[in-house]
Parts: sequence; structure tokens; C-alpha cells
Amino acid sequence: MSEMAMSPSREAAIRAERDAFLARQKSARLKRRLLPLAGVIGLIGLWALLVYVLKVPPFVAPSPQLVAVTLVTKFDVLMTNLFPTAVEAIAGFLLGNFAAILIATVFVHKKSLEQAFFPVVVLINTIPVVAKAPILVLLLGNGMEPKIAIAALICFFPTLVNMVRGLESVNPQALELMRVLSASKTETFFKLRLLNALPYLFSALKIAASTAVIGAIVGEWIGSTTGIGALIIQSTYNFDSAMLYATVIVGSAFSVLFFLAITLAERLVVRWQPASGH
Amino acid sequence: MTAPAVDCRHVSVRFLSERRTVTALDDVSFSVEPGGFTSLLGPSGCGKSTLLRVVADLIAPSEGDVTVLGTSPEEARKARALGFVFQDAALLPWRTALQNVELPLEVGGTRALPKGSATPKELLALVGLAGWENSFPHELSGGMRQRVAIARALLGGPRLLLMDEPFGALDEITRDRLNEELRRIWTETGATILFVTHSVYEAVFLADQVLVLSANPGRVAAVEKIDLPKARPLSIRETPEFVAIAARMRGYLGKGTHE
Repeated sequence: MSEMAMSPSREAAIRAERDAFLARQKSARLKRRLLPLAGVIGLIGLWALLVYVLKVPPFVAPSPQLVAVTLVTKFDVLMTNLFPTAVEAIAGFLLGNFAAILIATVFVHKKSLEQAFFPVVVLINTIPVVAKAPILVLLLGNGMEPKIAIAALICFFPTLVNMVRGLESVNPQALELMRVLSASKTETFFKLRLLNALPYLFSALKIAASTAVIGAIVGEWIGSTTGIGALIIQSTYNFDSAMLYATVIVGSAFSVLFFLAITLAERLVVRWQPASGH
Repeated sequence: MTAPAVDCRHVSVRFLSERRTVTALDDVSFSVEPGGFTSLLGPSGCGKSTLLRVVADLIAPSEGDVTVLGTSPEEARKARALGFVFQDAALLPWRTALQNVELPLEVGGTRALPKGSATPKELLALVGLAGWENSFPHELSGGMRQRVAIARALLGGPRLLLMDEPFGALDEITRDRLNEELRRIWTETGATILFVTHSVYEAVFLADQVLVLSANPGRVAAVEKIDLPKARPLSIRETPEFVAIAARMRGYLGKGTHE
């Protein structure tokens, strides 16, 4: 390649081209951040407008202002009720996922157990949560236990399926490598399968983070005096729509926080790029 | 005469399925001298990878006897006398280049590096990756990943290196360079190498013995000693001697197939 002397004007043009490109990138980035915010604000505005123009009575739907006021004035009530729901959701999340990981490990090592029990698991999963909840309340009483059990059950299935897939979808040549190295089953599990399954596990955990909260709330609908679920039922019966909306917002805000915490954990743990996109 | 590093006598491998029986290898006999470089050349589906896996104790032969370094393949595997390089590098994506090379020390019982054998770092330098120790596989090119896999296979100084089309997925320029380096690594380590490929050029350039396999079922079509100088620049492939050998190989391949 020959050394080319660039004319100053050409150099300036190339620099200008780059500056323009960077400016375009920056504005695109800003747009990506601002547009979702604009969407939310627009929707709230539309809501306020509709309530105002159509003169919707407060027992049917509140205005956003009224919800905001309720969020502030009833903050302590909302938090007292969020606490048991959060405890149930997190306990259920831990219990359900731990059981799923354990059973996935057993399934991968004992194929006959998988063949015997996987259909049972699928069958239980097809029962809707609202149908499972009363059964568990009858079995476990009126305390936190049935809610935790429901949250655990709802987390269990996606994690089990993903975990089995993650443990099994190991590069066959990596498995052969382990055999050439005379690795034991335990070594192959901890050095290869488990780490291979982590990206799959986190996909499931992110789903589980929000469904665990749903499970706890559904559990509270059936016989409970505290919790987000109970508050939802009470405010509905009282035609207190502002309280109902405020409760829903608190519940989903908790879900989002839970989800973000799992996402953060994933970023800290899974620092490599998964071998196969999934 | 010394005992061969690999000795296969009347080896057959059949794969059974409900619909049919596939004969991957049929009565294959060959041997590799210690310190030799043998290429297994053949079309896809001729069972050359299967043959390599029989030697590595990854597949048990249906018939025949296999001796590896004077013992059974199983004993050789357990004694860590074998190194295996796969077609895709088979690196663990969560480990850095150095950690991947160190993997053999962490599995199969805790093992210390034999006295006097090269450290993982030195092996990375040997394959030309000094300075890349802390890079993750996704940060490396295909050729570099394969170099890491070679370094890993060389850890502990195996006496037999088995390579299953290691450069098959690489571009030609990278492949040429790695071929040259593999000759150098072979000379420096003194290991016996068994190298599977479907490239005539690669097989002839690398080896001092080529075993040509025909497909359906896999049989030995020819065994030929490659009479080329030990020092081989890439340009040797344009010499009349090389071209003549390559043409002969192609002839063996043509005879064995129905195409």
C-alpha cells in the first residue's frame, strides 16, 4: 500500500462526516430514552381527559390526579399491605425455583424419572392458578403458606423446563472433551452443564419474578385480610376506585423492581456471551 | 523396530437404529509410528471421525483390536496420554483463554502438571497467543479459538494428539497459516499426530503418512508415505512432486466412491 498524503480539505470533510454521524447517534439515543416516557405521559393525559370529558363517576374510574393523591395519603396503608405480598412472592420465588433447579438436575441424570414425572408436572401446570389456589388454601390454611405455595408453583414450571434445556443443550464436543479428560459426572455437571444452563435459568427467573407476585396476589384473593390482593378485593367492594388503582400501581411497581433486581443479578453473573443465541 | 503409537487391526464400527444398520467402518487396519504425523483423508461420511473416536475411547469398536501407545484406548485416555482437538474449538465460553487451557488440570481427579512440561501460559505462547490469556472465546477469532483448543490439548504433554478436522471451519488464509504452525508445533513437541481432514492439500502438506478412506462403508482405500522434505514452506504445494502426490490421492479417493 502506498502512503497517501491527504489534502486538508478532504481530511476536514472526513472529520465533518464523522461528527455528523456521532450527532445523529446521540439524537437517536435520546429519542430511544424519551419516547417510552412520552408514551406513558401521553396515556395518562388521555386517561385524565377521558375521565374529565365523559364525566366518569369516581366509583367507576378515578382521575389520575385522584390516584396520585391516594398514593400519597394512603402510603402507609399501601406499604403495610405490600409487605406480606412481597414476603410471599419472594419466599415463593426462592422455594419454587430452588425446587425446579433441583428436580431439573435429577431429571437430567435419571432419564427414567423424567419420563415418569414430566407428564405429571405438565398436567399440574395446565390447571389454572385460580383453580389451584382454593385447593391449596384448603390444604394449608389461611396464613402465608398457601400464598407462598401458589407463588412457588407458578415459578416452578418455566424454570424446570428452561433448566432441563440448559443442562442438556451442552455442546456435544464439549461433552466428548470431558470424556477424553476422564471427568466424573459431578465434574461435568459443575464445570460444564450448570454454567451452560445459567443463561437459560436467568431467562426463566425473569419470568418468575413477575409471575411470583401474581401468584401471591391471586392467593390473597381467596381468604386473606392483608396484602395487595386483599386490598384489591376490599377496594373493589367499596367502589373505592382510586384505592384500587393505587394498589395495582404499588403491586406492579414491586413486580418491576423484582424483575430489575434479577436482570441486574444476571448481568453480574453471566458475563460471557452464550454460545448459542436463545 | 519400536511398537506403533496406534495400531488398529480389523476394526469395524456399526451404528444400529430401528430402521437400519449403518456400517461406518469396515475391517480397517493401519498403524502409526511413534512421533509420526498421519492424515486420515476421505469424503464426508467415510467414518474418519469415527475412527479417531475409536482411538480416543469415545466409541467402542464393534469388532477388531485397537492398541494405543501399547495399551487399550481406555488406559491411554485415563493416563492422559491423549490430546483431542475438535472440529469446533469446544471452548467453554465462561472461561478465558488461559482458564480453558487449564481445564484439564481441574477435572478427572486433581492433577498436577507433570514435571518439566509446559505451563498453560507457555502453551498459549507456543500457539502464538501470548498476551491473549485473559480474553474470552467470544472475543477471539475462529482461528484463535482453535489455537486455544490446540494449547489445551497439548497440556500435560500428551504423546498422541488426535485432531478432528480442526481447521475445517476456517478461511483458507487462516488455515494455511495454522497448517504451517502445526508442522512447527509437531516438531517442537515430538508428539504423534493423527489428523482427520477432507482436504487433499492439507492431508499431504501436513503428514508423513496419509491413510485414504473410502465411504459407504468406510474402508482403507490406500496408505501412502509422503516423500517430501521435513521443512515444508507453503510454496511446496506448487512443486511437481507435491502436485503428483496430490493427484494420486485424488485418484484413490475417486476409486472408492460411486460418484
